[in-house]
Amino acid sequence: MDGIHDLGGKHGYGKVDRQAGAPTFAAIWEAKVFAIMMATGAAGAWKSSDQFRHFVEKIEPAAYLSHGYYGRWLGGAETALVEAGLIESEQLSARVEQLGGSGGDLIAARPQLRGQSINRETPSVSRARTAKRDVDAGLFSVGDAVLTSSEVKPGHTRLPAYARNKVGEIVTIHGGWVYPDSNAHGLGEQPKQLYTVKFASSELWGETSQYAEANVSVYLDLFEPYLQSDSVNEC
Amino acid sequence: MNDDQKHHDHDHDHEKKSPQAIRTEALESLLIEKGLLSEHAVDDVIANYAQRVGPMNGALLVARAWTDAEFKQRLLSNATQAIAEYDFQGGQVDHLVVVENTPERHNAVVCTLCSCYPWAVLGLPPKWYKDPAYRSRIVREPRALLAEMGLPLDKKIEIRVWDSSAEVRYMVLPMRPAHTEGMTQDELAALVSRDSMIGVEVLEASSRAGQPS
Repeated sequence: MDGIHDLGGKHGYGKVDRQAGAPTFAAIWEAKVFAIMMATGAAGAWKSSDQFRHFVEKIEPAAYLSHGYYGRWLGGAETALVEAGLIESEQLSARVEQLGGSGGDLIAARPQLRGQSINRETPSVSRARTAKRDVDAGLFSVGDAVLTSSEVKPGHTRLPAYARNKVGEIVTIHGGWVYPDSNAHGLGEQPKQLYTVKFASSELWGETSQYAEANVSVYLDLFEPYLQSDSVNEC
Repeated sequence: MNDDQKHHDHDHDHEKKSPQAIRTEALESLLIEKGLLSEHAVDDVIANYAQRVGPMNGALLVARAWTDAEFKQRLLSNATQAIAEYDFQGGQVDHLVVVENTPERHNAVVCTLCSCYPWAVLGLPPKWYKDPAYRSRIVREPRALLAEMGLPLDKKIEIRVWDSSAEVRYMVLPMRPAHTEGMTQDELAALVSRDSMIGVEVLEASSRAGQPS
């Protein structure tokens, strides 16, 4: 999805604030969110990190930017729990009010009603330790020029917008991995070949761009369905 | 401190809890009642990720690579295998790739789509790594951003930015600082910063270098 989370290359976010020496958790609630995120996974509210990432991507854009990382996880966990039918939004809002908060303040979550959810599979608590899978040999070899997909999809994907419709070079073949684009939606693992693809800065931002530097490049890990042979550079 | 006690009186002199903190507590209490969250889970998380899992693990690997050429070779060719003997906990290193900084080439790591990070070797990521400024800019203008973050790199130095868009996790092997000859692996590990292993810092010769520990 072309969401607020897809930040690569965007302008307007200002300077990086290093906050040297900041603790791992700035407040106790952040550690609680971490524990809740793990527990919601164990409870089967999300089945894979692909799915959890998509729950986070679906939170409301302004909340995504203003609530911070653990605020986003809180929204993601809440969305996951509501969509899995493990809690009800009303129940949570009532509890928030008991604790002196505003129940209508949804924070970041924007769960879809049960039945409208794109999670078509019943969540399961069984999860493999790794997303690496065996697949047949891939279409591409190291050194091949590839063109990335220009397709915009509504669901989860790991091809960032800034690298759509760009030509890169295969530098590493990683073998088969669970395909996030299907797995995030409960549509099965459908493992695909994964490649590291190198992109020149001139290709990503434009040859005449001030961001184009001959010795600057970006390396992305991309699944085979995102790629096709770059016929122009190979003919 | 018992947070619940605060809620029983509505004294406005108390610091107001953030909406996130309140909603988190509400969710926490519901999940505990439903048996989906253990009451010890939060303490376990803090004990693990604030104390046991952290950049000291990555620093061990770096210090060993600086002093053991055979290990360095293994780390750079197959880091997943090379670190297996350490049994680091914390996750997020199903497939680890270590990239080496040299006088001619600098590497930096990001996750523009979320905040992927090799927890088992670097701990949980710092806030700036997860914030939009770093994620948006490091892929587009790494030289300018690194300079702004205190790391000016000569135009002649190649920059490679690794955007962790799948389950592969990246860690930078920083250059060994000058004047550290004769230091033990433990002494060297103490010099290695988290940010040098993300690739937004280079290690300066330490004032501790050469001193007895």
